[in-house]
Amino acid sequence: MNRLIPWLLLCLGALLSAAPGAAFGQTPEADPAAIVQKFGGKQSFDATEAVVSELAATGDERVARALRALRDGDLYWRKSDEKVFVATRKGDDYEIFDPLSGDSAGTVAKGDLEKVRVKNSIRNAVTGALGTLTLRADNPAQRMRAADTLFSEGDPEMVAPLDAAIAAETDPAVKTRMQEARASAVLVSDRPAEEKAAAAKVLAARGDRESLNKLTAFAAATGDAAAKKAAESAIAAIESNIAFWNQAQNVWYGLSLGSVLLLAAIGLAITFGVMGVINMAHGEMVMLGAYTTFVVQEVIRANAPGLFEFSLAIALPLAFLVSGAVGLVMERFLIRFLYGRPLETLLATFGVSLILQQAVRTIFGPSNRQVGNPDFMSGAFDVGLMSVTWNRLWIIVFALVVFAALLLVLNRTPLGLQMRAVTQNRRMAAAMGIRTPWVDALTFALGSGIAGIAGVALSQIDNVSPNLGQGYIIDSFMVVVFGGVGNLWGTLVGAMTLGIVNKFLEPFAGAVLGKIVVLVLIILFIQKRPRGLFAQKGRFVDA
Amino acid sequence: MNSAIRWMQKTAAAATIAAFGVSGALAADAKPSGEPIKVGILHSLSGTMAISETTLKDAMLMLIDEQNKKGGLLGRPLEPVVVDPASDWPLFAEKARELISQDKVAVVFGCWTSVSRKSVLPVFKELDSILFYPVQYEGEESERNVFYTGAAPNQQAIPAVDYLMGEGVKRWVLEGTDYVYPRTTNKILEQYLKDKGVPAEDIIVNYTPFGFSDWQTEVSKIKEFGSTGKKTAVVSTINGDANVPFYKELANQGIKATDIPVVAFSVGEEELAGIDTGPLVGHLAAWNYFESVDTPENQDFIKKWHAFIGNDKRVTNDPMEAHYIGFNMWVKAVEKAGTTDPDAVIAALPGTEQANLTGGTSKMLPNHHITKPVLIGEINEDGQFDVVSETDDLVPGDAWSDFLPESKKLEADWVDLKCGNYDTEAKKCLGDTMKSN
Repeated sequence: MNRLIPWLLLCLGALLSAAPGAAFGQTPEADPAAIVQKFGGKQSFDATEAVVSELAATGDERVARALRALRDGDLYWRKSDEKVFVATRKGDDYEIFDPLSGDSAGTVAKGDLEKVRVKNSIRNAVTGALGTLTLRADNPAQRMRAADTLFSEGDPEMVAPLDAAIAAETDPAVKTRMQEARASAVLVSDRPAEEKAAAAKVLAARGDRESLNKLTAFAAATGDAAAKKAAESAIAAIESNIAFWNQAQNVWYGLSLGSVLLLAAIGLAITFGVMGVINMAHGEMVMLGAYTTFVVQEVIRANAPGLFEFSLAIALPLAFLVSGAVGLVMERFLIRFLYGRPLETLLATFGVSLILQQAVRTIFGPSNRQVGNPDFMSGAFDVGLMSVTWNRLWIIVFALVVFAALLLVLNRTPLGLQMRAVTQNRRMAAAMGIRTPWVDALTFALGSGIAGIAGVALSQIDNVSPNLGQGYIIDSFMVVVFGGVGNLWGTLVGAMTLGIVNKFLEPFAGAVLGKIVVLVLIILFIQKRPRGLFAQKGRFVDA
Repeated sequence: MNSAIRWMQKTAAAATIAAFGVSGALAADAKPSGEPIKVGILHSLSGTMAISETTLKDAMLMLIDEQNKKGGLLGRPLEPVVVDPASDWPLFAEKARELISQDKVAVVFGCWTSVSRKSVLPVFKELDSILFYPVQYEGEESERNVFYTGAAPNQQAIPAVDYLMGEGVKRWVLEGTDYVYPRTTNKILEQYLKDKGVPAEDIIVNYTPFGFSDWQTEVSKIKEFGSTGKKTAVVSTINGDANVPFYKELANQGIKATDIPVVAFSVGEEELAGIDTGPLVGHLAAWNYFESVDTPENQDFIKKWHAFIGNDKRVTNDPMEAHYIGFNMWVKAVEKAGTTDPDAVIAALPGTEQANLTGGTSKMLPNHHITKPVLIGEINEDGQFDVVSETDDLVPGDAWSDFLPESKKLEADWVDLKCGNYDTEAKKCLGDTMKSN
């Protein structure tokens, strides 16, 4: 209680000093420096939120720094005197800055500071406050965000400030957003109907779901027939727009899922498709690739943090080598004794998969390992109403590159030639002087290595845990069998088809039922065409 | 790689402690002597559930080690018996049988998934032993031989929804993995929300398979559902490995916690250890314990855990606290009964009190559930939770939900009624005649 009393006095003092100004509405004399200090000390969430609105009411642009720091969790108070600072980590200590001017105030130990506690509703209050404050900020990105916040809020009070901001705006993109924000405010204001009809057109041009909701609400509420008609035609236009982009989005998601399936299955297309080995440990090769990425990133973090952006490029060849080497060892010491005995191969490789999983669990622990996303793999951009995430885009590109490279190896290199020769007619190939056992080993290593490369890509979108591979093994076999055993093009088309069919089913059937439907479809398809989409033809088919 | 090697050494050390628990205990000051009391630990150390359960095995070893340092129990040393049911549900039953009839353990601490618990139930009934189950679960069960130290739905899910309602949430996405815990919890929540006046069109329920990793469609559906201007929240009962890709997709599609918060019941400190938590700041979890809770008991527990496991980075979590409470309650009940005989201990357990790590005192109730505080936490940058809301009082665990028509009338009371599913309308005990889900 004792600690509270000075604060009560201070608040009272602030109130009294602000009182004369308060009588005239705005209080330009209210001192933001004094208000911002109210964040200090242990506060309830409600008290913190009250300080935020008090700060926003000053209209002083300097408070934006303090508010942003509050939202981002960088606002602290010093335990010794409850003074409020913005703090950033500097080694083991914190460097502290004045919350308004941003001037440095030295460094303090971590234990001397206490964070000003925030929760989502406070963050939202800050964003709202910043929206009005930063409409005239110097940074166009900040003005853009301010316009977006105001668009969502649709506050009729903001029409006048937005008009002023639009007149002063130089950046055309920001200007458009501000006009949209103004339109959203006009719709809920008591301005004349013609102006509202014009606003409805602006929202129709924006054409997203949020505009649709605002227009629907407006159409239901307005009494003016002309404005209502304008709103309704805008609604119809937006709805068809949204329907189109929904389909586009499904195709995109399907391609993205297809590329993941392709990556997971392409190594199997070699070991199972070309060699006919039922390799149940294929998923674990993928997992080893993902763990290689983890180890590479750990080493980079410890020794050369600057190289982090290149961690995936470094991990790719290493993952290929690690998984390839494991594949080579597997072939030499196990699988070559089991050629032509598919059941034994299935059981033996299943055993290997368990051994590899448990080995990784023992070395790295059972929990997920954190693999970071380099900057170019993070975030999203908008195409129309569809948001395209960078990591998915890169994985599609990557899957296609791997596919092309593998095709090149099989069709244009001596190793590829020998591989095809051995799988098509082993005895004749041997008679031609090809060392068939080594070609077998290298083929298996190649398939495993490709799985390792897939692991690098999958580490970006999935968990890196010992169970990583298990999630992909069924899907991989499904793709290879559906696409046609022994045909790389079949794998590509199969993966993409399954991806797109899955994503078109999911919105209606749900993820669980969607997957079942896909499985049933595949079973029916295999009944009709037992050799898959692209069946191999010729004498050697059953050799 | 160094850390991996150190980890292996620690594992070896832990195994040694497990194997030579008796001799280790003998070296301690108090020197308990006589026939050791065996304590069974039934947690998966391999397979899919190893990710969560291995930590609990270590926590149990630590608790037993502590107790031995304090002089054992009834003057006798405690000896842990660790088995590995390998995330294989039928194997759980086999291993439970092995623990009880071969190793003659006095009590078993174990299980994580509901299906593993259901699989061992008949064994514990038949051989009349005791199981302490430390994980939040869907409720709708109360057995004489089982003590539930994790949260029932009314100790986790419902307070979380109440909190979000207080924050102005009007539309609800109930997103879960397709198995018994999410399905029962969502059934309870859907009814609860409807009772609170939420119209049916403002609730969607969606299930995904185990280990689901392609969340694009689901997340864009959530985004669409949340763009109506009414405040929307996701209540997530997504299990295990599917969480990481889910949160990654949310972050990538630009859904922030301030727009659409996600409150999760299966995401704790351990799960966050595998994610870059930067984009997750502000998303919520509801538990009965957070590592960040600043009480002397908790600081002490964390210190001991770090010392035992030999790694300052290992986090503590809610099920570990549940084992802490359960183990200490069992110790107290055995001391009270003066014997480890299951019937005597089962009779002594209800009413036993144990200080929990968040500053309250939990009590074992006649329905074999315990009282717990409910904490709502927001994820922060360090992969920890900042508590934003806490129930004023401890919430007693309710075995049979009041929000499901078929279980509303049921009552569990093993002290007076001697029944886990007493029908208060028909005034009779349903016993085993009722098929539990």
